[in-house]
Amino acid sequence: MNNSLLLGDEAIAQAALDAGLSGVYAYPGTPSTEITEYIQASPTAKQRGVHSRWSTNEKTAMEAALGMAFAGKRAMVCMKHVGVNVAADAFMNAAVTGVVGGLVFVAADDPSMHSSQNEQDSRYYGQFALIPIFEPSNQQEAYDMVFDAFDLSEALGTPVMLRITTRLAHSRAGVTRRAERKENDLRFSTNPSQFVLLPANARKQYNALLAKQTLFQEASAKATSNKYTPGADRSKGFLAAGIAYNYLMEHFPNGCPHPVLKIGQYPLPIEAVKTLAADCDELVVLEEGYPLIEEALTGLLDSRWVIRGRIDGLLPRTGELNPDHVGVALGFPAVTEVEVPEQVRMRPPSLCTGCGHRDVFEALQVVYKEKADECRIFGDIGCYTLGYLPPFRAMHACVDMGASITMAKGAADAGLKYPVAVIGDSTFTHSGMTSLLDAINDRSCITVIISDNETTGMTGGQQSAGTGKLEAICQGLGVEPDHLHVLVPLKKNFDQMVDLLRREMAYDGVSVIIPRRECIQTLSRKKRS
Amino acid sequence: MKTDIILAGVGGQGILTIAAVIGEAAVRRQLFLKQAEVHGMSQRGGDVQSNLRLSDKPIFSDLISRGKADLVIALEPMEALRYAGWLKPGGFVVTSVTPFINIPDYPEEAVLMQTLKALPNAHLLDVDAVAKELGSSRVSNMVMLGAASPYLGIDDAALEEGIIHLFGRKGAAIVDMNLKALAAGKALVNHT
Ligand SMILES: Cc1ncc(C[n+]2csc(CCOP(=O)(O)OP(=O)(O)O)c2C)c(N)n1
Repeated sequence: MNNSLLLGDEAIAQAALDAGLSGVYAYPGTPSTEITEYIQASPTAKQRGVHSRWSTNEKTAMEAALGMAFAGKRAMVCMKHVGVNVAADAFMNAAVTGVVGGLVFVAADDPSMHSSQNEQDSRYYGQFALIPIFEPSNQQEAYDMVFDAFDLSEALGTPVMLRITTRLAHSRAGVTRRAERKENDLRFSTNPSQFVLLPANARKQYNALLAKQTLFQEASAKATSNKYTPGADRSKGFLAAGIAYNYLMEHFPNGCPHPVLKIGQYPLPIEAVKTLAADCDELVVLEEGYPLIEEALTGLLDSRWVIRGRIDGLLPRTGELNPDHVGVALGFPAVTEVEVPEQVRMRPPSLCTGCGHRDVFEALQVVYKEKADECRIFGDIGCYTLGYLPPFRAMHACVDMGASITMAKGAADAGLKYPVAVIGDSTFTHSGMTSLLDAINDRSCITVIISDNETTGMTGGQQSAGTGKLEAICQGLGVEPDHLHVLVPLKKNFDQMVDLLRREMAYDGVSVIIPRRECIQTLSRKKRS
Repeated sequence: MKTDIILAGVGGQGILTIAAVIGEAAVRRQLFLKQAEVHGMSQRGGDVQSNLRLSDKPIFSDLISRGKADLVIALEPMEALRYAGWLKPGGFVVTSVTPFINIPDYPEEAVLMQTLKALPNAHLLDVDAVAKELGSSRVSNMVMLGAASPYLGIDDAALEEGIIHLFGRKGAAIVDMNLKALAAGKALVNHT
């Protein structure tokens, strides 16, 4: 029956390998990280020489994947939802160029923000780029869809988005594999203007993309993942997308009595939606993320229909769905919230004991208190964001990767006397280098701390693109040698760090301090192996 | 059969290893399984939880509904209490009694234990002591699995095969230690 027990992420990775993948390109980000890690650990991938090294950020990943698809081979690019913002320029334009080899773009959304700063819905990006979107309801479907997505991508010459959410990415179930398909040979477009988006070519390509929309619609109409199941009780009908379908069926072990349209592929299959609408006057939409389908229905159907979902408040507007919310929406009695006993306290995440970031914040905290209202600390994305929490409370901003340096610069421009940026090594190479160049070119009065643990810690310790290169990068960008310092963040160097911070914060220009000590998690893993 | 289990603990305690052994055992018995894990931010010393569902019929939801769990397995007492409310009437709690104190406002232990003991079907076990006696504090989680094993709906042989499969790479001594821990855990519950 079940072949192997795989996380949704692993099922996608295994499927890509089985479907003839030649390269995966990605920057780590929960909940997408395990896709690339699975391929990195795969003996088959190693033996075939499938590319799997981490990219510096999501945009470089997207562009490299497009290059591989340009050359006729199958490429996959994976990222978390906010990574799509970083990759967006390349992503939107890849839809216009189209592809030669198959290109599957995996966007892993995080509704409820388990490990993220927002819960944006990547389906809007897919719709915005005018490309097909696949949304699996379970691990097996995720596996199968990767094959279909590559085939569709090559048949219609378009990138295809595979949209998943945390719950599928990080949940395990049995998956049955298919036979392995050979990798593609090198092959190029016969159209010399396809990838040259000069306005004259781009207009042609854009019209070609618009012309493909009917084909995408036909593909959705034929897709087995879009399935209409009639039901005797037509008092209402359901549209259930991706894993939301499971929360519906969970309540009807013997089959749903109402008509159900399961959605697994977009653009929305319009004829199937109309069939459902012809049967029912009230439509309930169950979807993970923003109300994309719910909004689309108001355009497709007139006001005779009652459309219910996240917009009208039948389901919560924010957060991931669960069987309890859906049960209430179905009219089942709400399970009374059992009071969590008052002894149960919040247990927020915290920096590991012995972590070098701790020493950085201990010193920074002291200097910050001395400067009081003339100082603000601009944090960034990574383990060190926990410097916001007690006992440190030494952070005033954390917005998007790289923003620490540029926000500090903007605040300096506005007149803040002591702006300090705290950024991790991986975040620095992801998006901080261009920020630093802006600050240097403007001679902004900021102090930048690159807290270097020589890994991408927050996401589990992946290789960090700048390890061993940070001083050279800073010097190359123009940081003055006298204001570039490296030290070891340890208790015994506390005074040295405090002094250095005081001195460099007083300097009228850009200073960079690099506290460097290996992440204790990666260190202990190395020791054990 | 159908067993809905919530595994609870603190990031890094090893609840995912318990889940992995049950998962392997379930596959060996041709059961359907869904297991939602927690990766990422909360693994940094925060509370972590995993929903594990076993059944002889296909399973839809990855998540367990409130009031429907058959069993809560916890490696930390306060975390056991966090999820006690997910149990169905008559559901069981099997928890370690050793607190993991990494927050300043951890509840008073005596009160915590009292509340746990007042739950209808709770086993409060010193799995760490058992593991230490066996000679490895790292097998506490397998002691816990052994203690919970009567409530899983899976036979012991399948769990043992799961352990052998999972730890096989690490050598015979480690496999043996984990098998012993499983048996010791089981004995613990039979005696309470
Ligand atoms: C655009 C974007 N991509 C990826 C992530 C996921 N992410 C969050 S923190 C982090 C790692 C940061 O590593 P580093 O800056 O070295 O800090 P560390 O966690 O090691 O302290 C990543 C990849 C994100 N939040 N946003």
